Amino acid sequence: MSQKILLSAKEIEIILHRLACQLIENHQNFEETVLVGIQPRGIFLAERIQQILQNEYKIPEVKTGRLDITFYRDDFRRSEKPLEANKTRIDFLVEDKRVVFIDDVLYTGRSIRSALTAIQSFGRPKEIELLTLIDRRFSRHLPIQPDYNGRQVDAINEEKVKVNWVENAGEDCVYLVNK
Amino acid sequence: MGELSVNHLLGIKYITKEDVDLIFETADHFKEVINRPIKKVPSLRDITIANLFFENSTRTRLSFELAEKRLSADVVNFSAASSSVKKGETLIDTVNNILSMKVDMVVMRHPNPGAGVFLSQHVNASIVNAGDGAHEHPTQALLDSYSIREKLGEVAGKNVVIVGDILHSRVALSNIFALKLQGANVKVCGPKTLIPKHIEKLGVEVETNLRKALEWCDVANMLRVQNERMDISYFPTTREYVQQFGLNKNLLDSLDKEITIMHPGPINRGVEITSDVADSDHAIILDQVQNGVAVRMAVIYLLASKIKQ
Repeated sequence: MSQKILLSAKEIEIILHRLACQLIENHQNFEETVLVGIQPRGIFLAERIQQILQNEYKIPEVKTGRLDITFYRDDFRRSEKPLEANKTRIDFLVEDKRVVFIDDVLYTGRSIRSALTAIQSFGRPKEIELLTLIDRRFSRHLPIQPDYNGRQVDAINEEKVKVNWVENAGEDCVYLVNK
Repeated sequence: MGELSVNHLLGIKYITKEDVDLIFETADHFKEVINRPIKKVPSLRDITIANLFFENSTRTRLSFELAEKRLSADVVNFSAASSSVKKGETLIDTVNNILSMKVDMVVMRHPNPGAGVFLSQHVNASIVNAGDGAHEHPTQALLDSYSIREKLGEVAGKNVVIVGDILHSRVALSNIFALKLQGANVKVCGPKTLIPKHIEKLGVEVETNLRKALEWCDVANMLRVQNERMDISYFPTTREYVQQFGLNKNLLDSLDKEITIMHPGPINRGVEITSDVADSDHAIILDQVQNGVAVRMAVIYLLASKIKQ
């Protein structure tokens, strides 16, 4: 197993700021907008972006939630390993809100498909956008594309993109791992 | 998240502490789901479940049906009163006929102890025991423990007394297994005639004085006197039973601590428990009912994930 660095901590920081600015461009003061991190790994990215928006760009309040998609996945009883559920925490109504889904890696698009179903349990959003740090293009199974994108990566199926955050792995870094 | 060690839920006797922990963890997620504006997830949309009730039930049946529907399973209901059982069909035949219509899971209540175990050995479907005679009622025990865990933080080390008709109660037996499995201390309390002989072998103590039992416990689980299962007279009069084993406000107020009151339902108000106690803040009877749906969703979800495609 070999791995190479795709993004360093410095590069990630620059990209997060760019993504935050792109969000501001479209959503101004975030009054009608909510961020939703997709469990388990999108929540770190969502919280980072929330912090940047609130602390560095002085946006008063950016509502951020966590959405678990386990019970909406299309591979229940099809995968070898049992599916692991995580906490959903959405303490606001998404009815008529502009929702931004946030996930670390966009790969087949199936998680986002599940998230699109899952979010309906919390109301009917006005619109839904997608923000990802890494877009593995050419790997999609479904017609789903990101609206805000950190870095596009051409990786073959045998390779894995691993995103580490200080919060869960002690460092900010993105690796391309050869299985 | 792991996997259950069993393919059927036939009784608490057959599952492990790890299974119980897994069910509770999963139930936590489903409890969040059933408090959403839309209380439904699509996980089990390709699973069909038959609810076979060979004995009357309101709460359990409704709770199972809601749990199944909130997981998006297809549900068929069957009750013995309106079926060919009355025409002399055997249990295996009845169930095999239902299974040949491509049913994946069977939730069964049956008046005979061991009916679930018997069925699991003879038919090819996942079986959930929803009460078999005076034997076990595993999902009730799980939701009782889940409610204790929710109210008091954990089950381990807590003192729980089960009061009433222990002899005829499947809830009592499953609760004893579940509570002991999780490290709680258990006493049973009731008239000597309604306490099975040798029950101490299960690791529980017998107490025939309700006041002493209440002074000892953190949680009191009040059971109904099951008149319909009594072939002979086990105590002189209901009035005498109420005087000795009925829980009322005066008795509760005279204790120098607060205890949590549980009841699996249906309540006979004024017999095992008075109305003011049943409706007081000490009672978590309606929480039990709400948790019942979440716990049953967890059980069905985890068993369904083991059904091979």
